[in-house]
Amino acid sequence: MSQAPDHAPTMQRLNLVQRITPFVPALLVPLIALLGLLFIPSGSSWLTLTVSGLAMGMMIFIMAAGLTLIFGLMDVINFGHGAFISVGAFVGVTVLLLVPGMTAAPSVGLNLVAVGLAVIAAMLATGVMGVVFERVIVRPVYGAHLKQILITVGGLIVIEQLIHVFWGPDEIFLTRPETLKGAITFAGAALEKYRLLAVGVGLVVFLAMRHVLRHTKLGLIVRAGVENGEMVQALGYDIKRVFVLVFVAGSALAGLGGVMWALYQEVITAHMGGQMLILVFIVIIIGGLGSVEGCFIGALMVGLLQNYTAFLVPKLALVSNIGLMMLILMWRPQGMIPVVKAK
Amino acid sequence: MSDAILSLKNVATDIAQYHILHDVSFDVPRGKVTMLLGRNGAGKTTTLRTVMGLWAARAGQVMFNGEDIAAQPPARIARKGLAIVPEDMGIFGDLTVQENMALAAVSGPIAADRLELIFTAFPPLKTFWDMPAGNLSGGQKQMLAVARAMAEDRQLYLIDEPSKGLAPAIVSTLVWAMKSLKGAGASILMVEQNFAMARALGDYAAVMDDGRIVWTGTMDELANDTALQENLMGLSMEVA
Amino acid sequence: MLMKLISGDTPRSPILSVILAAILLSLAFAPFLFPGTRPLDTAAHICIFIILVASYDLMLGYGGIVSFAHTMFFGIGAYGVALSLEHMGRSFGAVAFGTVAGMILAAALAFVIAMFSLRVRAIFFAMITLAVASAVAVLVSQFSTLTGGEDGMTLKIPRELTPAFKFHDEKILGVRMNGKLLNYYMVFFSTLILFLVMLRMVNSPFGSVLKAIRENAFRAEAVGYRVVVYRTAVTVISAMIAALAGAIYALWLRYVGPATTLSFDIMLDILLMVVIGGMGTMYGAVIGATVFVLAQTYLQDLMGTASDATSALPLIPDLLNPDRWLLWLGVLFILSIYFFPTGVVGRLRGAK
Repeated sequence: MSQAPDHAPTMQRLNLVQRITPFVPALLVPLIALLGLLFIPSGSSWLTLTVSGLAMGMMIFIMAAGLTLIFGLMDVINFGHGAFISVGAFVGVTVLLLVPGMTAAPSVGLNLVAVGLAVIAAMLATGVMGVVFERVIVRPVYGAHLKQILITVGGLIVIEQLIHVFWGPDEIFLTRPETLKGAITFAGAALEKYRLLAVGVGLVVFLAMRHVLRHTKLGLIVRAGVENGEMVQALGYDIKRVFVLVFVAGSALAGLGGVMWALYQEVITAHMGGQMLILVFIVIIIGGLGSVEGCFIGALMVGLLQNYTAFLVPKLALVSNIGLMMLILMWRPQGMIPVVKAK
Repeated sequence: MSDAILSLKNVATDIAQYHILHDVSFDVPRGKVTMLLGRNGAGKTTTLRTVMGLWAARAGQVMFNGEDIAAQPPARIARKGLAIVPEDMGIFGDLTVQENMALAAVSGPIAADRLELIFTAFPPLKTFWDMPAGNLSGGQKQMLAVARAMAEDRQLYLIDEPSKGLAPAIVSTLVWAMKSLKGAGASILMVEQNFAMARALGDYAAVMDDGRIVWTGTMDELANDTALQENLMGLSMEVA
Repeated sequence: MLMKLISGDTPRSPILSVILAAILLSLAFAPFLFPGTRPLDTAAHICIFIILVASYDLMLGYGGIVSFAHTMFFGIGAYGVALSLEHMGRSFGAVAFGTVAGMILAAALAFVIAMFSLRVRAIFFAMITLAVASAVAVLVSQFSTLTGGEDGMTLKIPRELTPAFKFHDEKILGVRMNGKLLNYYMVFFSTLILFLVMLRMVNSPFGSVLKAIRENAFRAEAVGYRVVVYRTAVTVISAMIAALAGAIYALWLRYVGPATTLSFDIMLDILLMVVIGGMGTMYGAVIGATVFVLAQTYLQDLMGTASDATSALPLIPDLLNPDRWLLWLGVLFILSIYFFPTGVVGRLRGAK
């Protein structure tokens, strides 16, 4: 065989702006934290609010991560996602209420086992629900956004109502396990233990997702599929099966988010998922539909902003996040980290 | 042409309410390069996509190694040994060159000697191995698209206008790469508007017009008969 | 004459024509045909929801856009009238001012939301309207000094529209000739006129472009229509009509509150009415609103009875509890989208 013709590769040097641009979204999180520091008079309140904002952001991220991938991969927008959050919370809380001995004991080990059991039960339940929901509600309306939105809204309502049927019409109150109650004092600020735990769990979930997406074949398929699903199929991968997997994983994560949110609020209602869905949507829109990193950054921004405004002007908490969304969309109409679609 | 690796029989394809392919029948001989030629809008890309299963045929058969693959999903078809290099190249821009290649190797890591061959053919891919493929130039993306198809042994390559918009130096690299594919025993069905390239590579030719095959024969026959070219395509190859 | 009024858009089905005529006549003579407060209230509800659903269908059925903010626009109109009556005194001038102000605000808000979302992706619109609508609902209940919060506001409407005003001393056909009757006919004729206007709109060149966009947005764009402009326009028009409906509703109820105008439940009701009636057919709004409001008014009682009757069984009474009304609506909603995507009107037209 002859020698390949010469071809000298040329290296394009990126200028400073080009090199910084990819990191701008990530820098917005500390920027919001700094803005908070400017407006909030006391440093210790700021620290308390920041931790609480990060905790909230992490929980929203856990609820939203699946949804953004589900959209990216199959162009499916699932309004029923909120129902998984509620169901996760109800199943998890039911488990916690079944083991009062474990939650009331002043033992970190027993408490964490109880929470672990609740999380596993919630994720199993919502994972199974995800399988059914995907098959029954979502699959018949692939490719038809209008019907998808309508039918998944229908699914959300039916599941919320079924929660009423099974768990009764009233909200359920709960208390956190013994060792997760209370706060530690750091630099004069009271930091609730549970919020610190939530930040930790959120980080672990994010890093685990990032690892799977970057370093496994499945992750490669998902990332490539978000960009150009057709080509992934043409290479020989059955993207529908991958999608079902992502749908189920996303539903299970929503269930985890539900349990975490229940322990955070210490009260659950059937509508909690529908209410959280609003913040979840804001997060995935500003993050860029289909981008897990964007979703993570967006969730932290929303969590921080929500907590700062709730402290400064309580009535405008949700409005401030809508304002944030508008600003981001003015700057980048496709969200902070837009996913390049091949088509 | 008794030994055809791919044989289309009366294939018809619709896109939405439009009939794009009316009645397409032709053979792709094993181990040879077949050029699919014709005017813009004649249905060449649709034919490739129909073979790959990316658009479903409404009627007819797509026989690959004697098996009708017309109703199968693209992933199944790919696993039988077909690969497509689409017109838009289908590069995953958010993934690195390395990740693009890793995905293309469906059954496992790419063999070292094969990777060596790819790097010899397309040195830029080695240089930019860990860069996002979205940052590559157009020609480098086309190299990656072809290299991806070469990541594993495939029996039949469907290649859609590889030379489109590329500098002559890169085109000759691609020609070389495709000759090496053919040399390794693979068959190629290629859509190409660049007649120099078509002539340099093609063994056989099939000419389409308005969703039908209007002529088949050897590339030499077509290349030596300007009247036939004008008649079939309204263009003369000698121009190129 | 009649053809001109309905813009040449006939029901195209004999059964449908008969049903529509029956609804028209029943609503036109409701005070005389169905004496009593509750039936009249039901008739007025049907009228208002016909406007609301038809205006929503402009967006959903003709524009191909899903919005969750229709009740927000409805509420803006209702609160506009309520606030102007509260602060400008009991006059028709205040009513007119509040209505117009509400419509302008609704149009402006719709325009901004449309600019932000439709420019990028039509599905952003669904998500963003959901967020904005819930933010507005929260604001209304939080700024209670202005809006009455969750309790809402009672309206002092112009005396001519209240039962206290009598314009004829004797009853005619057993019906009192008072302001309530005038109020009803204000509702009825507003509905009739707005419906005919919307029918005209969807049968105009504007409507044809919308239909082309709904069928294939890319092709419409390729042919040279600015899809975003048309979609934004229909969104703004739809929002203004919803605000107008809200104003009329506030006058009829003499009350506004989050539960009657802004709540997500009403949004779901609207969705269901559009789907049951038939998306993309103005007549579907009439059928959907009538069927739904009647069912809501009278079926819930039936569910209560059924729930009591089955109280010995497990789970069944919980499922039939009138509070679980939404459960069955949800199921009905999903089933209609699957099996009757064209709704009652589509069915009747298909049967011919």
